[in-house]
Amino acid sequence: MKPAGSKVVTSKVVTMKDAVARLVRDGDVVVIEGFTHLICFAAAHEIIRQRRKDLTICRLTPDLVYDQLIAAGCARKLVFSWAGNPGVGSLHALRRAIEKGVPVPLEIEEYSHFGMVARFSAGAAKLPFWPLSDYRGSDLPAVNPLIRTVRCPYTDVELATVPALNPDVTIIHAQRADAEGNAQIWGLYGVQKEAAFAAKRVIMVVEEIVESAVVRADPNRTLIPGFIVDAVVCEPWGAHPSYAQGYYDRDNDFYVAWDEVSRDEARLRSWLDEFVHDVADRAAYMDKMPGLRERLKAKPRFCEGVNYGF
Amino acid sequence: MAVRASKELHDGDVVFVGIGLPNLACNLARATHAPDLVLIYESGAVGAVPDRLPVSIGDPALVTDSLGVASMADIFQFYLQGGRIQVGFLGGAQVDRYGNINSTVIGPYDKPKVRLPGSGGACEIAIHAERVIVVAPLSARSFPAAVDFVTSPGHAGKYGTRKQLGLPGGGPQRIVTDVGVLEPSPDDGELELVGIYPSATVDEVRSKVGWPLRVRSDLEKYPPPTAEELRLLREVLDPTHLYI
Repeated sequence: MKPAGSKVVTSKVVTMKDAVARLVRDGDVVVIEGFTHLICFAAAHEIIRQRRKDLTICRLTPDLVYDQLIAAGCARKLVFSWAGNPGVGSLHALRRAIEKGVPVPLEIEEYSHFGMVARFSAGAAKLPFWPLSDYRGSDLPAVNPLIRTVRCPYTDVELATVPALNPDVTIIHAQRADAEGNAQIWGLYGVQKEAAFAAKRVIMVVEEIVESAVVRADPNRTLIPGFIVDAVVCEPWGAHPSYAQGYYDRDNDFYVAWDEVSRDEARLRSWLDEFVHDVADRAAYMDKMPGLRERLKAKPRFCEGVNYGF
Repeated sequence: MAVRASKELHDGDVVFVGIGLPNLACNLARATHAPDLVLIYESGAVGAVPDRLPVSIGDPALVTDSLGVASMADIFQFYLQGGRIQVGFLGGAQVDRYGNINSTVIGPYDKPKVRLPGSGGACEIAIHAERVIVVAPLSARSFPAAVDFVTSPGHAGKYGTRKQLGLPGGGPQRIVTDVGVLEPSPDDGELELVGIYPSATVDEVRSKVGWPLRVRSDLEKYPPPTAEELRLLREVLDPTHLYI
């Protein structure tokens, strides 16, 4: 038997610029997942910088990350289940695009969280749809013809169905991965595994790249295997203003401030110029906010390891 | 409202918690009569004991010291659809006479007067939780006879009654407002006034709903919050006055 980790792997590590240039194309169905936790803003900013357009963007909660993509005119369609600025209010760029077609008209396709989760589950399992006990008595199926029903062949019970979602590309942010993309996540992991397995291409963005031995020492923490990953990008602070458990806290002040910034179209455009178009990469973005690292850096709270021996 | 909502929780209940007042109510219940409440957040935190008031439903403080973290597929399929949740908390822009809740849109769906965030997990919580507690300030605008859009089904509507639809959960059992508490009638599911705060009158409550409100003959009069409850809320649970 080969000793652990002896296989020679080709590193998939590239820059964000190269990953987006190679793997995100105009007209793609794009998913940047992460439920509050580990939302990869760095990837969204690179998509904006490279001026991708006509994207269909899917997420349970569009959050600020899709508000920014929409404001930059990258998206043609949004698929979602809860569209707001959590604890703050509305997503103003999203509302402008729906209500006034600014900067470009935006089509929407709406589910509930369970419906979106089920769509990713079907996509990951390569099934055409997913059955769920949901939507009876709700108006959601009346406004989304893709929410349908099926009769169970065993019990004759009627179940709701949603179609599989298979993105062209899914972008996941993780705390750490090896150079092959074997990624470990702790804290909330939402629907990241399903979204990655459902995708044709996967970009894995991480706070740290570690030796494979680090991953192999704690295999239960691995959420996504490297062999489904196309590119690995090391982008510390890449999830800001979202957070990375054990690395940095959520920038709640930023979420509050976004309400002001995004309310006015011109002000939002100048924000995009200053913090996205006019910076080369994530490191340059972080340099624009001195004191941010100190303010948000996570306090230590380590857990004890377990015995994997036999 | 937070104090009243906290009293709707029983010790040991497994609760699907939302952010804001529901979260405060749950933590007040944990600090008073229900220390063994199990808090579950749709983000995946199970048995959360947040050390700070979470600003979002996916706050990192929900994970630290929790019993476990689940994927959202597990949360919705096994925990909620699997019938393991006793209490679900919901809010909404509109609640109607049968407890249908709208958190999607005011006005027509295609030409909205106000676009709201949408369902999130609300639709499936309303369908599956054993009982749903709704927390919403009472006003004629927010409590019309019929909602503009049914995001989360109540006790009856154009698609039928809960029984006809075969919904597994009990639906909205208590609607906790800023003037009193409504409950569905056991006969037809219409919301009726069952309790009132000392500062409110029945006429006031009636003027704030869009249908002829029935009042239970054994109308409860709730005592005002105790000094200790107010101290816990203001000094311990929400010291920076995020929600109160």
